[in-house]
Amino acid sequence: MSDAMANGQQMLTTADGKPLKQALARAQSHAKRRAFLLVLPLLAFILITFVAPIGQMLKRSVHNDGFTMHTDIGSGVETPIMVNLKGWFKANPAGTSPDEPAYAALAADLVELKRLRAPGQAGTRINYELSGSRSLFTKAARKADKLEPPYKQALLDLDEDWGDPALWRVMRDASSAYTSNFYLAAMDRTRDLDGKVIMVNENRQVYVKLFKRTLFLSLLITFLTFVLAYPIAHLLAVLPLRHSNLLMILVLLPFWTSLLVRTTSWMVLLQSQGVVNDTLVGMGILGDENRLQMMYNQLGTVIAMTHILLPFMVLPLYSVMRPINPSYVRAARSLGATSWTAFRRVYFPQTVPGIGAGALLVFILAVGYYITPALVGGADGQLISNLIAFHMQKSLNWSLAAALAALLLGGILILYWLYDRLVGIDNLKLG
Amino acid sequence: MKLKTVLLATALTSAAYAAQAQEVTVMSWGGSYTKSQVEAYHKPFTALTGIKINSIDADNPATPIKAQVEAGNVSIDVADVEFSDAVRLCDEGLLEPMDVAMLPAAPDGTPATEDFIEGALQDCAVANIVWSTVFAYNSDNVTGEPVTIGDFFDTTKFPGKRGVRKSAKATLEMALMADGVPSDEVYGILDTDEGVDRAFAKLDSIKDDIVWWEAGAQPPQLLADGEVVMSTAYNGRIFNAAVAEGQPLHVVWDGQILDFDLFVVPKGAPNKDAAMKFVAFATDTQRLADQASWISYGPARKSSGALVGKYSDGKTEMAPHMPTAAANLGNALVNNFEFWVDKDAELNERFNAWLAN
Repeated sequence: MSDAMANGQQMLTTADGKPLKQALARAQSHAKRRAFLLVLPLLAFILITFVAPIGQMLKRSVHNDGFTMHTDIGSGVETPIMVNLKGWFKANPAGTSPDEPAYAALAADLVELKRLRAPGQAGTRINYELSGSRSLFTKAARKADKLEPPYKQALLDLDEDWGDPALWRVMRDASSAYTSNFYLAAMDRTRDLDGKVIMVNENRQVYVKLFKRTLFLSLLITFLTFVLAYPIAHLLAVLPLRHSNLLMILVLLPFWTSLLVRTTSWMVLLQSQGVVNDTLVGMGILGDENRLQMMYNQLGTVIAMTHILLPFMVLPLYSVMRPINPSYVRAARSLGATSWTAFRRVYFPQTVPGIGAGALLVFILAVGYYITPALVGGADGQLISNLIAFHMQKSLNWSLAAALAALLLGGILILYWLYDRLVGIDNLKLG
Repeated sequence: MKLKTVLLATALTSAAYAAQAQEVTVMSWGGSYTKSQVEAYHKPFTALTGIKINSIDADNPATPIKAQVEAGNVSIDVADVEFSDAVRLCDEGLLEPMDVAMLPAAPDGTPATEDFIEGALQDCAVANIVWSTVFAYNSDNVTGEPVTIGDFFDTTKFPGKRGVRKSAKATLEMALMADGVPSDEVYGILDTDEGVDRAFAKLDSIKDDIVWWEAGAQPPQLLADGEVVMSTAYNGRIFNAAVAEGQPLHVVWDGQILDFDLFVVPKGAPNKDAAMKFVAFATDTQRLADQASWISYGPARKSSGALVGKYSDGKTEMAPHMPTAAANLGNALVNNFEFWVDKDAELNERFNAWLAN
């Protein structure tokens, strides 16, 4: 039919004789352009405040120019550093033991470092991978002007660690700003002398363990919020509006309260001299000597986070339960289903989109949670985000922080993809 | 016409305001320590120069500096940081160099370079106080009297929770000293893998009893609440809780670890000149002595020592509460900043791994 129309002698035209198709396209493109202009401010806002900084931060996970470029903070002037050494590394393949020209190149670079006041920066970069090497650079740079040939002997006299093959391996890696070593470190791995990837010493392995713990605790918290929220949401959905509104306010009230206030309230309740323990001791259930340790450990993290994230589960569940027509369940019952079967076969399937939305929300929030575990987590209730914060704020190893964050982001995207494959993202319903 | 006048007037007043409303943002450690600085440095400085001081607190003021300087958005003019952090930040080029010439001489004419105690003047930092990490206990909750650092690690003799700062620095040294290492050998031993293992093994013995703290104001709180019976702490915080608030807290000086706090000016500080003026003013002889009457930290100038008198309550002698008092130095360790600048990353990594296990 439409073919016949298109092939017909007479094309459809508008009143002023233009082909309808063109006119329509023009009108539509006009509308599209207008729509684009309307979202442009938001797009620009997201690009500038979200995509660009995150992208820049993630770039640090593979790019660290601490050993290749010095940027003067006042003027912004960039000066390449360690150029002589880089030249030697280029001319000699990995594994070549450093000879006199190598040390001469190093000495020349140290003089330049001193002039730029940059030995700390270069030393810090090497220190990330080889602890204790930072002072090698600061000390040697201080005396760089006085070094005399043969440089190998001069530097070894200064500190015999300059002859360490591991140091030369790290310097070779660091002489290129692009590196995968931070990702290796974020997975508790490092390189040996030949550049082969190996696990770090057992007593320094921490990140893989924390990734696993973060995943486990987040799943546990998601499950707990589901168990707690499902009956509440159901109650809210079936009560008459007058009562349910009151209950809704009780759900939302903590939601509106500051996160810090809620976390510290939990500390007041749960600490060993806290309200809960005092009550139990007062009632004679517990002896004063064996008060329960519910804070500064994993238990504290789980309790506080479950409470804080609960509204994120209640609200999506409520929004799918409210419109469910109660006559479906009644019909099932009247057709002979037990109340359990009616729930399982009729009611529950209709709430699945809400469970999906709530679980996804709670899980994603829990995976990146930072402040609550920091306050109530003690030693074993810390999550990976606490170590990211540690490297951002304390150790100042931003490249490692970025690598950890990228792994966390990647992991979540994979889980999201799995979720989409298994449950289907179209099944998600927020309201 | 009228509009023009209004505009002109506005422009003029705002220009005048900008010129007049000079202020300096000083970041410190909060609690009774910040209070001592406000009383001894900030108030007299504002009274003298008219420059307003905006005082803010952090768990560790060294941490925001790198982020601010690298982002080119510095809001701190002066920060009060620990020794190893001052050296590290300076090495990374994140601090303005300090001109020693701007520091006033002692009242008797001794130049500043000789008046400050050794190590107090660095390329980018000027020390104001000598403080120490000690351990303290609440005598209401402890039966008997802990006297040595070993007692802190002895949970059979003194049962109960222990508060410890969540950081490798000072914690590992204390563990070694408690294990019987003399203070002058601590860093030599900690430099070896076996030494680090030994320190962690000692910490393992009380790991289940430790409550970790991060902000300096926490230990007196944990002790007063009975949440812990003993805690490592900054000595001045315990002094203030004990003397000013009458808490039954006592400092044990055995195994104390001395450190400097230093003033630094981040690169690109918005009010650099006023910041330098503040640093010079705050570290003069009288001001350092004044601070010691608010909190029990030792002044970094020799000439201030004689001027230190009583606590601000007018009756407590400060001298015996100073970490540098002869009686308190029996078994004391001076923090080795160079060791920590080098080993900070490695030992904290190991510390984090140990915590997570």
